Amino acid sequence: MKAKMNLLLAGTFAVLLAACSSTDTMDTDDSAMEDASARETAPVVVGTGNDAAVDSMAIPADQTIIGGSSVSNGGAMVAIADTTVYFDFDLSTLSPQTRAALTRVAAALRSTTGDIRVEGHADERGTREYNIALGERRAKTAADFLVLQGVSASRIETISYGEERPEANGTGEMVWSQNRRVEIK
Amino acid sequence: MRHFLNITLALSLLLFASSSQAELTIEVVSGIDQQTRIAIVPFEWKGSGLAPTEFDQIISNDLQLSGLFENISPGNMLSFPSPDSEMNFRDWRILDADYLLVGNAEVVAGRLISEVELYDVPSGRQVMARRITAGPLDGRDISHRIADLAYEEITGIPGIAESRILYVTDFLNINGERRYRLMLADQDGAREQLVIESADPIMSPAWSPNGEDIAYVSFETGRAAIFMQNLSTGEREQLTNFTGINGAPAFSPDGTKLALTLSKDGNPEIYVLNLATRDFSRITDHFSIDTEPNWTADGQGLVFTSDRGGPPQIYEIDLQSGRIARLTFRGDYNARPRLSADGRFLVMVHRNDGIYHIAVQDLTDDTLIIVTQTQLDESPTISPNGALVMYATKLNGNSILAAVSLDAGVKYNLPATTSSDVREPAWSPN
Repeated sequence: MKAKMNLLLAGTFAVLLAACSSTDTMDTDDSAMEDASARETAPVVVGTGNDAAVDSMAIPADQTIIGGSSVSNGGAMVAIADTTVYFDFDLSTLSPQTRAALTRVAAALRSTTGDIRVEGHADERGTREYNIALGERRAKTAADFLVLQGVSASRIETISYGEERPEANGTGEMVWSQNRRVEIK
Repeated sequence: MRHFLNITLALSLLLFASSSQAELTIEVVSGIDQQTRIAIVPFEWKGSGLAPTEFDQIISNDLQLSGLFENISPGNMLSFPSPDSEMNFRDWRILDADYLLVGNAEVVAGRLISEVELYDVPSGRQVMARRITAGPLDGRDISHRIADLAYEEITGIPGIAESRILYVTDFLNINGERRYRLMLADQDGAREQLVIESADPIMSPAWSPNGEDIAYVSFETGRAAIFMQNLSTGEREQLTNFTGINGAPAFSPDGTKLALTLSKDGNPEIYVLNLATRDFSRITDHFSIDTEPNWTADGQGLVFTSDRGGPPQIYEIDLQSGRIARLTFRGDYNARPRLSADGRFLVMVHRNDGIYHIAVQDLTDDTLIIVTQTQLDESPTISPNGALVMYATKLNGNSILAAVSLDAGVKYNLPATTSSDVREPAWSPN
């Protein structure tokens, strides 16, 4: 399923991902964090570039991670076959930052063909089937945005995994913030 | 398709064994204050060699799990009578025993036979005498049967020692890949068997009232689908393959229908699948999330979770009239309802101040009590006799199963002995 597309985006995202996580590659914008901090009380630790800090790093909902295993090391070309955007607790709304990221993804997708999977996820809090519904809401919100940006709806399939496929293991806001996400594949 | 290759169907009799087996063990947290004191005398083994089963141990564990009994230790017993002996009740009155259970066992013509007698100690009266026969390797079944007979004789309520549980586990395999398993075990966690294993999530196991068929959600096809499977034959069938959510299966009390959640028409709605005709009827019609259906005891209605009023709350729909009523008003998150068989109690996941507990609402007066003290408690399932709720909670970072009585007086944990997450218990119907 993964990486059916091989999209390349010439760009500014010099992304180098640690195998264990991808959280050290956030593009941060403090001004866009108001939505997140209004709902979440946990401290937000912004990337230090130190791998040891990855596991204990919370991702504000307006962060976007672009990249995947096919990232060229230090080059100017970055694959966005795997793009992940993050959400606030119990919400499926797109932050300005996420909309900007999805706009870039849509632009790249418009110049390609092939099927796209939009996978929605939730953190572990709340019941499992309700979280499936919440994950679907997030996936559909992201998919609808891509369609508004000119990506053909017939190429997109949305799937919700709820809390069943966490990106980060454990408990606490640091972990939960990494798991409330939509992955575009 | 890698998904199909990753499926393992277990032979129904094959005991599952591997290093990542979850192996649940019991740890009683609390029982009621005024427990019945029972002396369960080590069984007389009339065969040669060692007894195949520690009958009295299993019976003691079963009764202790109910929280209603205090077992008198064999180390304190003054005599060890069997059904063939004269009972000296003075030996048991000194120990303040309320009841005395004696038994023996032997193998005759390839069958395991156990005789058991239960006495009321204060009166010295025999209140039960039974002879139970089973296969030569079924000593555990015989023990559970005896425990249930004694429990019902003493309390007037059917026992649950013979009931079973389904649950989901996940773990990382040696290559660091997440694996999901649906497991079946005795209610005390013993005799764990693998039902199905997959590289993709497995969710929401549910029992048919026949105690043989189960339904669950599997993502093995690359998306969610509902499967039905027979536990004896292993035969399985994919029931749904719609775009979007295929989730939350729940058998009707007569076993002819399956309530479920589908989002094929745009957002999560409740449907009922007629298992004979394979027709789907749409039950709810609202732009909000409607999910987690559970049947009323008479099969005429469903309770379900909906966020139509804002945060998720529990609603009931009458299937005839389509009339919908909201049932929960306390707390900002009530979800995944389960109704007791007598229709009186609504058990749910209840959030207050950001903490998720199991709560029980008495529908006769709408009083609500929170019966758990841990955090992230979820997936409540009611025991077949209506006395206990099993649920999943967190202990030391892992998900474990635990149980509590509906009045919160009795509690026990079934922590897994390995680092697997154990969750989503579903208690068998009998």
